Amino acid sequence: MPEAKYLLVGSSHAGLEALRAIRRLDADGSMAMLTKDSQLPYSPTVLPYVMSGRSKPDAVILRDRAFFDETGCVYAPGQAAQSLDTKARLVTLADGVQWRYERLLIATGAAPAIPPIPGLQSVPFHVLRTLDDAVNLRTRMGLARRAVVLGAGLVGLHAAETLAEAGLAVSVIEMKNQVLPGYIDAKASERIEAAFASHGIKLLLGRTATQVAALDGGVSVTTDDGRAIEGDMLLVATGVKSCTEWLAGSGVEIDRGVLVDDRMRTSAADVWAAGDVAQGLDFASGERQVLGIIPTAVEQGRIAGFDMAGDAKQKPWAGGLPVNTYRFFGRPAVSVGQAAAEGDGFEVVEQEQPRKYRRIVLADNRLVGIITVDDPFDAGIMGELIRRRVDLGAMKDAFLADPTQVGRRLMSEMWR
Amino acid sequence: MSIAFDTIAFRAPKCDGCGECMKACSAVKQGASRISIVPGASAGAFEMALCRQCGDPKCVMVCPAGALTKNGASGVIDWSADKCVDCLLCTSGCAYGAISADPVGGRVIKCDQCGGDPACVSACPSGALEWGGAGSIYNRFGEMEDMFVPGLAGCQGCNSELIMRHVMRRVGRNSVLATPPGCIPGMGSVGYNGKTGTKVPVFHPLLTNTASMLAGIRRYYDKVGRKDIVVMALAGDGGTVDCGFHAVSGAAERGEKILYVCVDNEGYMNTGMQRSGATPYGSWTSTTPVGDKLKGKTQDAKNMPMIMVAHRAAYVATASTAYMEELYDKLDRAIEASFKGFSYLHIYSPCPTGWRVASNKVIEACRMSVESNFVTLWEYTPEAGLRFTRSPDRPIPVVDYARTIGKYRHLDADQLAHIQAKVDEQVALLKRLAGEVATAPAALAAAPARTSTPDGAATPPLRHETFRP
Ligand SMILES: Cc1cc2nc3c(=O)[nH]c(=O)nc-3n(C[C@H](O)[C@H](O)[C@H](O)COP(=O)(O)OP(=O)(O)OC[C@H]3O[C@@H](n4cnc5c(N)ncnc54)[C@H](O)[C@@H]3O)c2cc1C
Repeated sequence: MPEAKYLLVGSSHAGLEALRAIRRLDADGSMAMLTKDSQLPYSPTVLPYVMSGRSKPDAVILRDRAFFDETGCVYAPGQAAQSLDTKARLVTLADGVQWRYERLLIATGAAPAIPPIPGLQSVPFHVLRTLDDAVNLRTRMGLARRAVVLGAGLVGLHAAETLAEAGLAVSVIEMKNQVLPGYIDAKASERIEAAFASHGIKLLLGRTATQVAALDGGVSVTTDDGRAIEGDMLLVATGVKSCTEWLAGSGVEIDRGVLVDDRMRTSAADVWAAGDVAQGLDFASGERQVLGIIPTAVEQGRIAGFDMAGDAKQKPWAGGLPVNTYRFFGRPAVSVGQAAAEGDGFEVVEQEQPRKYRRIVLADNRLVGIITVDDPFDAGIMGELIRRRVDLGAMKDAFLADPTQVGRRLMSEMWR
Repeated sequence: MSIAFDTIAFRAPKCDGCGECMKACSAVKQGASRISIVPGASAGAFEMALCRQCGDPKCVMVCPAGALTKNGASGVIDWSADKCVDCLLCTSGCAYGAISADPVGGRVIKCDQCGGDPACVSACPSGALEWGGAGSIYNRFGEMEDMFVPGLAGCQGCNSELIMRHVMRRVGRNSVLATPPGCIPGMGSVGYNGKTGTKVPVFHPLLTNTASMLAGIRRYYDKVGRKDIVVMALAGDGGTVDCGFHAVSGAAERGEKILYVCVDNEGYMNTGMQRSGATPYGSWTSTTPVGDKLKGKTQDAKNMPMIMVAHRAAYVATASTAYMEELYDKLDRAIEASFKGFSYLHIYSPCPTGWRVASNKVIEACRMSVESNFVTLWEYTPEAGLRFTRSPDRPIPVVDYARTIGKYRHLDADQLAHIQAKVDEQVALLKRLAGEVATAPAALAAAPARTSTPDGAATPPLRHETFRP
């Protein structure tokens, strides 16, 4: 039976960062990384660029074979975990092989959530989460003229742009009244909407798809206002759900994701979870949420890795911060923290200029969120200011006028 | 052994915000500057954002495209224009504001250190940016054989151990070493139980006769034709400027071919922190206590390296471990000169125990002593004369340095003014020796140096130490 002191399931950002953290403390404890993917590690975030052809599928790998040799980690692709027995410390794979572990990291990420729209399951549709998905989409895209996209989140918008740039007529159906709901405010959304409109993309906001039907080789999607939107291809991008199916019956506590504490420990002994699969502390609310972004996956992976390797000196995690760096038609929209917050206790400063937009949210003279369109900033520094709850004091006006300069100054002083 | 990397260092107090670094960077990179200087907390203060080429880079870990990699050979975080998909996620990973979108073109930009010859550093007129070669030094000297036993019993943070090990790594096995009484033999270099603490022959001469003894050893080696041996001392300031002074002076005057390294910790630290001739004015020591009447040492230190210049020694230099590149350059020249004549290297070495400096602040103390001109770095040969190896211009106030040292904690404004005036006077004198024009400094301020021999009078007589050009 194969076994490992450290068994990492999932080969993306969370798993890779855990590997690195473990190796910093334990140079030669046996380690293996199992993954459902048949490829070397890659990031789901790069897939829109594979779909567009900008990145070649073999050029997006994050680590090569030599890396795994050097770090002494067995890399086992094409191995889907199917069940977990925390008492016997066994992970059973789809082909029946069992791996024994001393310490286990669950880093299986998330997969597209397929909404229960009548008819959807009986038509062919695409999703975008794996390299194979991206390659399929690229092939299909070359044969289609019209595309329908469900969902105007990051995945939906990225794909819609790519499809439009490839010459397809694209319609995007989104339940909420704005794009990127949850990440950005309505005014920022308007600027993005305008860009999509000017590139000929139809954004149907505030609309729900009520029915999907096959239509000679393509699909027809009916919306709640009774319209029928036709396409030669359909992409479902209505959100993701954590990949926890394989943990059924294991006793590991699961809510929307695997529940973890401030060191990424799950409810089971010697089992950790990190990344899109984990439901951990959210910095702003103090509650446990699935944030579903790379920065959080990396932070959680690192904490989990250090804890797995027995680092007793780690500080408990302060929680994840939403970070979103998005480009549409080459233009940047960047947000950090509670960028869309409003109401009691928040001081919101909106700076609307023809060529750029900035919204800064303060609470108690401290930054809690910031979003800009066409005015990129140091997202890492803003994250630090939020996390450290830096009192802007007398610098507030200077900060509002030039967050980049004042942010750099504050960090430079702090690091010296 | 792991390898270390050279870096660009920023000395905020020296930066005047001229922006030359940013202009130079923009010009070389044909885009926005990778280094950014921003206004600081007070008028005239500046701060900097620049890639630190982290050993544990978060920008790399959040990159979804494999476009950023830590280069194991150069230490630089390389950016691949081909792989980058312009997603800007890396900017969320950097807490230094050091990887950001170029306003023109929108691609991310970051410092690549110009391949080891950064344009910003060359362009910096104030010395605020420096190319620190510490990484290369570590790599080069880390590979060399250490000449001392492991586990010398120096105090925590002791700078002298660093000096001993570095110097002897460079000098190598072909040497004979004398370590007169002091911390250096005290921490175990002479050895225990009949075995030496070094891999080279080591002697423990008297405090008084080190240079004379070495003169004899060198003459003997010369006589038997062994001209390749470095005959040297690692001595403290007590054994050099006080008790051993006549021997040092005599050897220098006779031109004995010796490498004499004085490790100056400003007192007899090994025996309980007594004052020496190298102890600066105002210092607390166990023999210059601080109480109702006495407020530390009442005389200024003698400047031993300048005294050696007056001997026209073959080579004289001062060095500090805050500037190891320089220290090594000078050591090379000092070794070479020791085959021609008397070669004197004076290395300043703050003592964490005797000076009341936190063990992790010793190198910082070295740096501030140099930045305030309390210590000046220069070298001299009879042929080339004296030259500064670090500009003494634009110093920080001496009080900033003194505040970091426990033995100066009690100093009042008058005493601090005296030290500042003394420092200015020394620099002015050195500048004249270096052929640089110097204005005469103001006369030494209040609280002048006094004799420590009580004369029975209530107020000791003033000793006027006015600089006269
Ligand atoms: C199109 C797209 C765009 C995105 N854009 C951004 C963005 O701009 N910024 C951002 O921060 N985030 C973005 N994200 C989200 C980001 O990619 C994820 O947050 C991140 O990849 C999470 O990493 P992870 O390691 O938790 O899991 P994942 O990346 O989801 O990886 C999970 C790993 O587990 C493996 N796995 C799953 N199930 C099993 C199993 N049963 N057995 C074995 N292996 C299994 C998978 O093969 C994979 O290797 C985007 C995602 C997509 C799809």
